[in-house]
Amino acid sequence: MLALQINRRKLMPLLGNGIVHLILISFGIIMIAPFIWMVTTSLKTLPEVYMFPPKLLPEKWQWSNYIEAWNYAPFGSFYFNSVFAGVMVTLGQLVTSSLAAYAFSRLRFPGRNWIFYCYLGTMMIPYQVTLIPSYMLMRWFGWIDTYQALIVPFLADTFGVFLLRQYFLTIPDSLEDAALIDGCSRFRILSSIFLPLSKPALATVALMTFLKNWNSFFWPLIAINSMKMRTLPVGLVLFVDEAGTQWHLQMAASVISIVPVILLFVAAQKYFIRGITLTGVKG
Amino acid sequence: MSSHVNTRKYRLIEFFTPYAMLLPSALVFAVFVIFPVFFSLYMSFFNWRAVSSTREFIGISNYAQLLTSSEFLHSVKVTFAYVAGIIPIGMGLGLVVALLLNRKMRGVTMYRVLYYLPVVTAWAAIGVVWRWIYQPSYGLLNVVLERLGLPIGYWLSEPETAMPSLIAVGAWKVIGYNAVIFLAGLQNVPQELYEAAEIDGAGGLRKFTRITWPLLTPTTFFLLIVSVINSFQNFSGVYVMTKGGPMESTRVIVYYLYQQAFVFFNMGYASAVAWILVLVVFVLTLLQMKFADNKVHYQ
Repeated sequence: MLALQINRRKLMPLLGNGIVHLILISFGIIMIAPFIWMVTTSLKTLPEVYMFPPKLLPEKWQWSNYIEAWNYAPFGSFYFNSVFAGVMVTLGQLVTSSLAAYAFSRLRFPGRNWIFYCYLGTMMIPYQVTLIPSYMLMRWFGWIDTYQALIVPFLADTFGVFLLRQYFLTIPDSLEDAALIDGCSRFRILSSIFLPLSKPALATVALMTFLKNWNSFFWPLIAINSMKMRTLPVGLVLFVDEAGTQWHLQMAASVISIVPVILLFVAAQKYFIRGITLTGVKG
Repeated sequence: MSSHVNTRKYRLIEFFTPYAMLLPSALVFAVFVIFPVFFSLYMSFFNWRAVSSTREFIGISNYAQLLTSSEFLHSVKVTFAYVAGIIPIGMGLGLVVALLLNRKMRGVTMYRVLYYLPVVTAWAAIGVVWRWIYQPSYGLLNVVLERLGLPIGYWLSEPETAMPSLIAVGAWKVIGYNAVIFLAGLQNVPQELYEAAEIDGAGGLRKFTRITWPLLTPTTFFLLIVSVINSFQNFSGVYVMTKGGPMESTRVIVYYLYQQAFVFFNMGYASAVAWILVLVVFVLTLLQMKFADNKVHYQ
């Protein structure tokens, strides 16, 4: 009798976990099914794509589709532009945000609160309203179709300022006091003490900034005209709109576009998840 | 040795340092956020066509035209439909997933990757795949439905089904994000409360309605606002999958703005549209900020 009772208590949570896993896996399959379908379609020949009923896997894996897609549109340029702009924007934001975060968290100065609320205020402004005037600024500066257009407007963002400020606030004062007495400038303190201590936070900001910039669509759509300056998401869509019914090439192009993001995410998901739960920003 | 701290030069440096540190970000914001916001307002009072050419002051005519334009009101309706569809489905399923993940078990990391993948992938690539899935003749969806003996549809190609199809993709894309946020909220609920409830004999449902749900309220509210704001701003999804069609059935406000500003070059009118959007989102973001503040301290 006793033996049966003990077994039941051990069995139920195990069973519970089993059912949960089942549900999560089935639902998880629905979540990634489009990705799987994307990859398998990208490796088929065009007739195979149209086959009805369709097979999951192609007869022979047509890696040549990728080469064809890559050559169809200047994907090399798209990649370079996205990477270059992404890296520059990320570096820029790391610099501007850590400077601002340090000032807000560590220094007292007249107008500090007031200015902080202004920063807060910019977070409340949806980007759509800045698009038209920013576009006009680009025209006036002559920056349409240049890297400046992709980079300069995004060299600062409040998200990074807030996250880093939050993090800096947890660093004890004593570290600074010693350096101050020795005659260190504030800038030195920031770069030599705070930044090395803030690697996780900096990594989070860097990743989320890079990702957001990589995926950005509206601005690159309007600020860039020529094919060879296009960024990856926009280039992909333009290619797809032109490629009509060449589904296998379209899928190959899509895979090409998302592989870096997926790799980045899988490798650094810890930082992403932390960044999201700390600030609620989706990235 | 520390007498240098009181020199005039040092005091001057100390005084200007904060402002010097703020200058880079402040400059960027001033030029690319603050200025545009106000210039947008300025532009909205003009009949401003194209970038530089003719413009005449027309006061609030743009706004008047906007609020009576059936085109704009249609876009508002479409946007509301999108938001109203995504929120319950996306948040509901996100909560379910979070509840399932909120246990001591292995594989949580793998599930997080699975569920979050749609979130980090750009709408561009996602739109391309789903366009293919929704394709009426060869797309995966209709094929599967037919196999199961269920009715097939024209999805993105037909006005009646286009918006629901869009909503499905939008929800699919956001479930992972909602789950992560809900999970964080769930994990803030103290275990002792559950244990106490169990001792009192409370079952699963009771524990949920009396403990979990009430304590999740801040998270739920926060997520609600964020979700509304985000779905309000959907543009790339529409651009990739439907371009506002078929028959303008998916022309959300931001897409309408895009058309007015960058296809028809009605810069003044489009600025007015943008400002209406600002007012709506501003109010919502204000609410969200109040709650995000609480949330951050909670962590």
